[in-house]
Amino acid sequence: MAQVPKFTKVQELIYELPIERVMKKDVVKVTPDTSMTELKEILRLNRISGVPVLEGEKLVGVISIEDLIKALVQGDVQAPVRKRMTTQLITVLESESVVEAVKKFAQYKVGRLLVVNEQGQLRGILTGGDITRGLLETISLDYHAEEISRYRAKHIFEDIISDQTSLILRYKVKAKDFKKAGNASSKLKRALDRLGAVPEVIRRVAISAYEAEMNLIIHADEGGELTAELQPEVIRVTAIDHGPGIPNVDQAMSPGFSTAPNWIRELGFGAGMGLMNIKRCADSMRLESTVGKGTRLEIVVFLRQESGEQQTPDEERGPQPS
Amino acid sequence: METRIVNLKEIVGIIGGRILTKQPKFDTEIPSCGASDLMSDALSFMKPGSLLLTGLVHSQSVRTAEMAGLAAIVYVRGKIPAPEVISLADELSIPLIASPYGMYEICGRLYSAGLDPVMK
Repeated sequence: MAQVPKFTKVQELIYELPIERVMKKDVVKVTPDTSMTELKEILRLNRISGVPVLEGEKLVGVISIEDLIKALVQGDVQAPVRKRMTTQLITVLESESVVEAVKKFAQYKVGRLLVVNEQGQLRGILTGGDITRGLLETISLDYHAEEISRYRAKHIFEDIISDQTSLILRYKVKAKDFKKAGNASSKLKRALDRLGAVPEVIRRVAISAYEAEMNLIIHADEGGELTAELQPEVIRVTAIDHGPGIPNVDQAMSPGFSTAPNWIRELGFGAGMGLMNIKRCADSMRLESTVGKGTRLEIVVFLRQESGEQQTPDEERGPQPS
Repeated sequence: METRIVNLKEIVGIIGGRILTKQPKFDTEIPSCGASDLMSDALSFMKPGSLLLTGLVHSQSVRTAEMAGLAAIVYVRGKIPAPEVISLADELSIPLIASPYGMYEICGRLYSAGLDPVMK
């Protein structure tokens, strides 16, 4: 998902959105012979502040609450609308973009604009509120779901003050549980998305975690644990099990080498590419194992690549158990 | 052959495909395509947004598509995954398409239509 800054999207929309998309089409109107008393009720019941005045199909004026108040003050409340209306019509074309309306509002300081077609016929009414609502609706169609889901989680690292904040996610992985294979990585991927990580980082972590998870499921006697430690600058994924251990780590790392049973191929794994994939995706990787004790795989992905913190991929091995 | 951007709707037509999941966005543009039955391989060479052709109808093909950020999966040779695989794909919004043709033929058809390989 592209991360377009919200304010330029709004600016774009103001120039692109046609007035007819945001105006109120269902217009309450009065005739020149309507009395001010009737107008009072019309304004009140519809909860509006002004209406256009039409003689048949022809737009002849506009009358507002302000005009009504003046009439009330002058005791002229029985007068017809014709006597108290404004005949200066401030209009915009329905095909024009919202920016034209914004300009008119700034220029004329009216509460509403009359929207007409090329022939001058009334097509709708536009208030400042209509513009705001229209913009928000259009933007939220694109961004609503994405923003809401990200907003809540993203601020964890900003709002919680400490010298160093980590979020640790732990997933238990059951041995040979192929039905659920990928579940842990999938949840981790979703968590990263909610926290607002960049898509490329999410992809690298997801692929590494998935391969690590598959290894636990395929090889570990009793399954193991997949742990992700999330910090603002770095993500550390660790896969730990308690057996059987890898006799020769160098050999395990070589592409194409696999100790997986044959039937794993039916799941599309067991080609001996897993550890290579992880090494390729991660910024750094460490594999330690002792036969009979267990294995520990640590994967590091940096989040702020551009600040020169990138390390060249490296791998160490040692005989220590997890 | 001239390579061009092909969209999902065109692809479904070219391969005689049938959508197994809910209606996808048919105007999704697919920049490239790869074929593999080995998911570790796919994870290694597939590019985000690309199309995967595979005969592996197990849920791991869907997980692979999820992790690698793929646009959609085509199952070849008329193979249909189990219902739980289809619902997993629906949950993740990954379109699954079944094609009656073999892997080789589908590759040929899409390549001839101008769809780029993921490994250029």
